[in-house]
Amino acid sequence: MRVLVAMSGGVDSAVAAARLVRAGHDVVGATLKLWGGESDSGCCSVADVDDARRVADRLGVDHHTFAYSDEFDRHVVGPYVDAHRRGVTPNPCVECNRHLKFGALLERADRLGFDTVATGHHARIVAGPDGVRRVARGADVAKDQSYVLAGLTSERLDRVRFPIGDSPKDDVRREAAALGLRVAAKADSQDVCFITRADGRARFLARRLPLTAGVVVDGGGRPVGRVPAVETVTIGQRRGLGLAGGAEPRYVVATDPATATVTVGTEADLRVARQPLADLGWAAGPVDGPLDWQVSAHGAVRRGAWDGGAVAWERPERRVAPGQVVVAYSGDVVVGWGTAAPVQDVRTDQAIEPHPLGA
Amino acid sequence: MTPTEPVAYLDHAASTPMRPEAVEAMLPFLAGHHGNPSGSHAAARVARRAVDDARDAVAALLGAAPGEVVFTSGGTEADVTALSGVAAASADRPGAPPAPVVVGAIEHAAVRDTARALGAAGHPLHVLPVDRRGRVDPAALSGALTGAATGGTGAAPAVVSIALANNEVGTIQPLDDLAEVLVRVAPDAVLHTDAVQAAAWLDVATLAAPAALVSASAHKLGGPKGVGALVVRAGTPFAPLLHGGGQERGRRSGTPNVAGIVAFGAAAAIAVAERDERAVRVAALRDRLADGLLTALVARAPGTVETVVHPGEGRAHVLPGHLHLCIPGAAAEEVLFLLDTAGVAASAASSCSSGAAKPSAVLAGLGVPDALASGSLRLTLGWSTTDAEVDHALAVVADAVARAVTPIEVEPAR
Repeated sequence: MRVLVAMSGGVDSAVAAARLVRAGHDVVGATLKLWGGESDSGCCSVADVDDARRVADRLGVDHHTFAYSDEFDRHVVGPYVDAHRRGVTPNPCVECNRHLKFGALLERADRLGFDTVATGHHARIVAGPDGVRRVARGADVAKDQSYVLAGLTSERLDRVRFPIGDSPKDDVRREAAALGLRVAAKADSQDVCFITRADGRARFLARRLPLTAGVVVDGGGRPVGRVPAVETVTIGQRRGLGLAGGAEPRYVVATDPATATVTVGTEADLRVARQPLADLGWAAGPVDGPLDWQVSAHGAVRRGAWDGGAVAWERPERRVAPGQVVVAYSGDVVVGWGTAAPVQDVRTDQAIEPHPLGA
Repeated sequence: MTPTEPVAYLDHAASTPMRPEAVEAMLPFLAGHHGNPSGSHAAARVARRAVDDARDAVAALLGAAPGEVVFTSGGTEADVTALSGVAAASADRPGAPPAPVVVGAIEHAAVRDTARALGAAGHPLHVLPVDRRGRVDPAALSGALTGAATGGTGAAPAVVSIALANNEVGTIQPLDDLAEVLVRVAPDAVLHTDAVQAAAWLDVATLAAPAALVSASAHKLGGPKGVGALVVRAGTPFAPLLHGGGQERGRRSGTPNVAGIVAFGAAAAIAVAERDERAVRVAALRDRLADGLLTALVARAPGTVETVVHPGEGRAHVLPGHLHLCIPGAAAEEVLFLLDTAGVAASAASSCSSGAAKPSAVLAGLGVPDALASGSLRLTLGWSTTDAEVDHALAVVADAVARAVTPIEVEPAR
């Protein structure tokens, strides 16, 4: 099989490539040059390209660098900034996977004559008796990345491999060390690869959109605090709101950049019985009954069932920030994927139209 | 897996194979003659003599007196030394405004970025537009120099840098016409020309005669990488970039790369001796490749054009080894990947940015739209190119290009 391995310069994709070589496949490595700006690590810096190339050299495979910074800007950085402008949560890793690694790269791999694209993601691909392929959790639960891959269609998954998805991270590192790969002890990448720790989200955004100082109000509309930038406030946040101390902890329950207003409430106010979704797709048709729902990249799952318009939680759960990706699992297997809607927009009288899962 | 060595090496403008004579000439200086030419003993004299012989050969290639040839680490150092050297010399005039810097819109990055840095340091910067063939308009040069001269009396003379031949598209500049403008409008202006690409193909000694400074590089004409030369003609205002032991008559300190310089000399001698015969032979190969490819691509990648060569106008204004195409709808990275797999070594633009492709500033300078520039393909032939290599390229290039422009099924957006 002819395999194009997306090599980020990290240990996971290095071992992914090594395993494919050992299995006898015709392997070529490619590093995507995504971001021209500053980066702590992740997919973008020259050092990471160098690491990927040196690993490929060591494995005896060709290595190429593909420039995708325009596409990255258009599909990841632009929407990231725009989501903050609108007061909704961006999902940069989800967008990058969908548009870059399993979008543009997959299409390019087709044109270049490759059978599949492989990456170093901690996730697995399982096929049901119906023949439909689904993303499943990686063996290392702490490193599992199925959440950011959930939206891949069965057709795309047919052309994708995750060679290290069945291994704990420690095994991956041991294997890299045994192979003498220089990246064996390299630190894991950050979540948002295009924002450095030194710069931070607020300064990154401030250079790209006008940030609006906002007023913090309680449930009765009374001003109780101020925030320097309403665009950077997140549902569930309890610090940096300028609130007087001493009282019962208060959390952000809603933000509205249009009126520069942040609404806070108690922990009880933060919790809702039902979480509406803006859209939802199923891997292979709707699944009735309780499922595990994951509402952030590394968060714990909650139990709940889709009732046709919202996820009805088994017990009240903290509301999910609008725009946030919500993934439904049956056991370890992704069965659905959607986007959170604002809680105040719940329309319990009307079911939303499900979309086909994926692109 | 791609073959270790390509079947058709068509990237001679990036680096051309070393001449066997050049390899042979340098070997004794890698193992044996280890003296530092600056010394005073017998071993030093052996090295000194070899460097001076090479200097004679390079001087003959570039049309300079041997004492005007300064060996450098390559073409980039020669370019940077030329622009910075003249600009720095102008700074020696107390109270005078900084010397204006005038460059063409499609100069090599070594010139372009040095000019930009000098601009940022306070030198008035003028970038001259080029016509559709890539040639600088003498009237634009005249305008820039007239504008520059209004800086007031006492202003340092301008430094003007225009490559004798472009590295990406191969356009040959009519340097004589530009020099005429200088004589008329700004007789004090200092003209530099980057002859790195031209040196293998053109009579640089004649064509670059009007330039006070001339850059060249060994590995573009059959010498090794890591050695180049800058001609600094007598009387040129010049301050060195590298200070130190005063080698190269104080114009470039540092122990010379003796083996590399010796090989440069050997390659230069051959380049001069058989230049005209080679230029005719390679141009014929290039024309066969160009005409065959264009015919095949018109059908398979409609809209493909030969950059800076317009129908019915011939290729006399382009270096004999250069063929540059713009293919609409093709990503250069994919074309190169497929060519690599098919045993053809080519490049998208210049080879200066290792790794990922960047949009070409040269094509932007030529006014090539982004949609065309992103599908750029440079095939460059050289002294060792054979009929068989051209045959192989003709057999596989059109196919590879067609695959890169074939739209694939994209899943519908939701």
